[in-house]
Amino acid sequence: MELFDFYDQDRWPHVFCPGCGNGTVMNCFFRAFNEIGWKLDNTVFVSGIGCSSRIPLYINSDAIHTTHGRAIAVATGLKLSRPELDVVVFTGDGDLGAIGGNHFINGCRRNVDLDVICINNNIYGMTGGQASITTPHDFMSSTTPFGNKEYPFDLAEIAVAAGANYVARWTTKHVHELTKSMKASLAKKGFNFVEVVSQCPTNFGRRNKMADATALLDWFKKSSVRRDKARAAAIDHVDLNLAGQITTGEFVCRDRECYHERKGGKPHGDGH
Amino acid sequence: MGIKPGEYFLQGNEACTEASIVAGLKFFAGYPITPSTEIAEGLASKLPQTDGEFIQMEDEIACVSAIVGASWGGAKSMTATSGPGFSLMQETIGYAAMTETPIVIVNVMRGGPSTGQPTRASQGDVMATKYGSHGDYQVIAFAPASVQEMFDLTVKAFNYSEKYRVPTFVLSDAEIGHMRGLLTVPKDIKIVDRKEKGVRRADEAYDVPDDLVPPFPTFGMGHKATVTGITHTPKARIEPEDQKVHQELVTRLNNKITANRRDINKWEVVGPDSKTMIVSYGSASFGGREVAARDDRVGLLRLKSIWPLPVEPIREAAEKCEQLLVCEMNLGQLFLEIKRVALEAGCKRVELLAKIGGAPPTPGEIRHKLREMGVI
Ligand SMILES: Cc1ncc(C[n+]2csc(CCOP(=O)(O)OP(=O)(O)O)c2C)c(N)n1
Ligand code: SF4
Ligand SMILES: [Mg+2]
Repeated sequence: MELFDFYDQDRWPHVFCPGCGNGTVMNCFFRAFNEIGWKLDNTVFVSGIGCSSRIPLYINSDAIHTTHGRAIAVATGLKLSRPELDVVVFTGDGDLGAIGGNHFINGCRRNVDLDVICINNNIYGMTGGQASITTPHDFMSSTTPFGNKEYPFDLAEIAVAAGANYVARWTTKHVHELTKSMKASLAKKGFNFVEVVSQCPTNFGRRNKMADATALLDWFKKSSVRRDKARAAAIDHVDLNLAGQITTGEFVCRDRECYHERKGGKPHGDGH
Repeated sequence: MGIKPGEYFLQGNEACTEASIVAGLKFFAGYPITPSTEIAEGLASKLPQTDGEFIQMEDEIACVSAIVGASWGGAKSMTATSGPGFSLMQETIGYAAMTETPIVIVNVMRGGPSTGQPTRASQGDVMATKYGSHGDYQVIAFAPASVQEMFDLTVKAFNYSEKYRVPTFVLSDAEIGHMRGLLTVPKDIKIVDRKEKGVRRADEAYDVPDDLVPPFPTFGMGHKATVTGITHTPKARIEPEDQKVHQELVTRLNNKITANRRDINKWEVVGPDSKTMIVSYGSASFGGREVAARDDRVGLLRLKSIWPLPVEPIREAAEKCEQLLVCEMNLGQLFLEIKRVALEAGCKRVELLAKIGGAPPTPGEIRHKLREMGVI
């Protein structure tokens, strides 16, 4: 498939700002999708609300752009009603980790066969730059004009702890690694989670002395540490900012049975 | 498939469970809440045996979201809840209306606001059913008043939800949900399936004759369907700032229900020529039915569906009688709607018997009110 066949050109121009990381994520995803040989007619894209959640609307396939935070819950119903379809969720840090946090952790735990890609730009992009659950401590946003008093979530570590089958985190600076992890995620059954730390120059960078995309990409490069090394380097790796680093890599790759693969079986306590 | 024709002695919630399977339910998402839980429990064991999926979600927002997703996969989908869970669902109910997603929601009403009376009946969610989500939209809501109607109207809820691509409610209450009674399952039950894009069906005769209800582009059939809650054109192009597109879309979504009111609404009249007509629905109508059966001066208009508002039977009753008495188990919700229609029809007097606290108004209480009104 050519890149242009992947997109629904009737919907152009897109809404993303110049320098936004969403385009990088889309292109990496296209490559992963194409290389693994998935078919657009057999795939449904699901999203919530946000800049990142607009992505499914540009792809030339079935797409459902749901309410804010609910993409995983909608995707769960869809997948269970049509297990033969491939279901991919695009979401943002706010959509997934704040308003949709309950669906996120329970989605990881439940392990329905879904691929969830979260574009974590550390901010609420679409609504104009308010602090999100991943805005680093002390950083500026329109609702933290004196610096963020709170500490951020580590979405990938939450996914690991909550039981996702596959978890990886990269930044938009790591296009090859990201593409590889997306491919690994698509190839695997179960609830697979790929977090991409991405740049929002308009609403995050601008308020934090990194007004253009390259400044943010440089920051990602400087701060990224592979998770195996990061564990030793910083005990407090949960905190993106205090530890001064973004841990990257493949966090977990396991093979728990999918929710809908369990047919019958022996209930716990049977025969006692 | 499902329950065989015959006579049964069942609980209201069980009758709803059986009806949903007969109607073609293929996906149910639930979260425990009194007094609706028996529906989820029943389907947890029944659905997997009839080729369907049951799932317990993490909350009611997840439940209604999951049934929206399953519906786009082509499955007839349902959730069941009560007051607090129903409040949580509101945003996605509006989404289902905007995206024309057929879903069925059973609300076994209990006393509110808040936790209120978990085990007691109420009709406090009548307005929230129609107006709970933001924006202008329409839904369909049925109000069963017996175990038999829990069955019959649940089947209808699916049929109309499919036909009009609209969220449809079975507005029951703790009284009806938990009562046990006789259920006759008939041999022939009419089942309606959604008008699927590119598919011809045997029951097409039931389709809405104009294009108010577009055919449903089920996912995974190569339609490249785009579903969004943002204002969109008939071709699913998003146009959030176009006044005309918004007006056309929202007007059609409302019209497809209000213009087909006569097809949707169901009611029953006892003593149509009585001087005083009681207007009631659900378990609030029990007392009125007894009074009307024993007194020629009093009749009953019992609404089996309440949304869209059954304007025609209310108007007809109001034109014929001298006064109306509305009985409901809230502080007067449908009352103002009924009063508006009745006054427009020339009826001079519309009174309210409002009872909250968990029990339907008794025949004694209704007679007392009628005596106060000086009509018996
Ligand atoms: C229930 C609800 N609350 C608030 C909003 C407003 N809103 C729209 S997008 C958004 C934030 C999106 O942030 P994120 O998921 O990080 O996506 P981004 O735009 O950063 O890609 C919010 C709060 C909404 N649409 N719905
Ligand atoms: S606001 Fe930020 S996230 Fe949204 S399109 Fe612009 S750069 Fe991208
Ligand atoms: Mg964001």
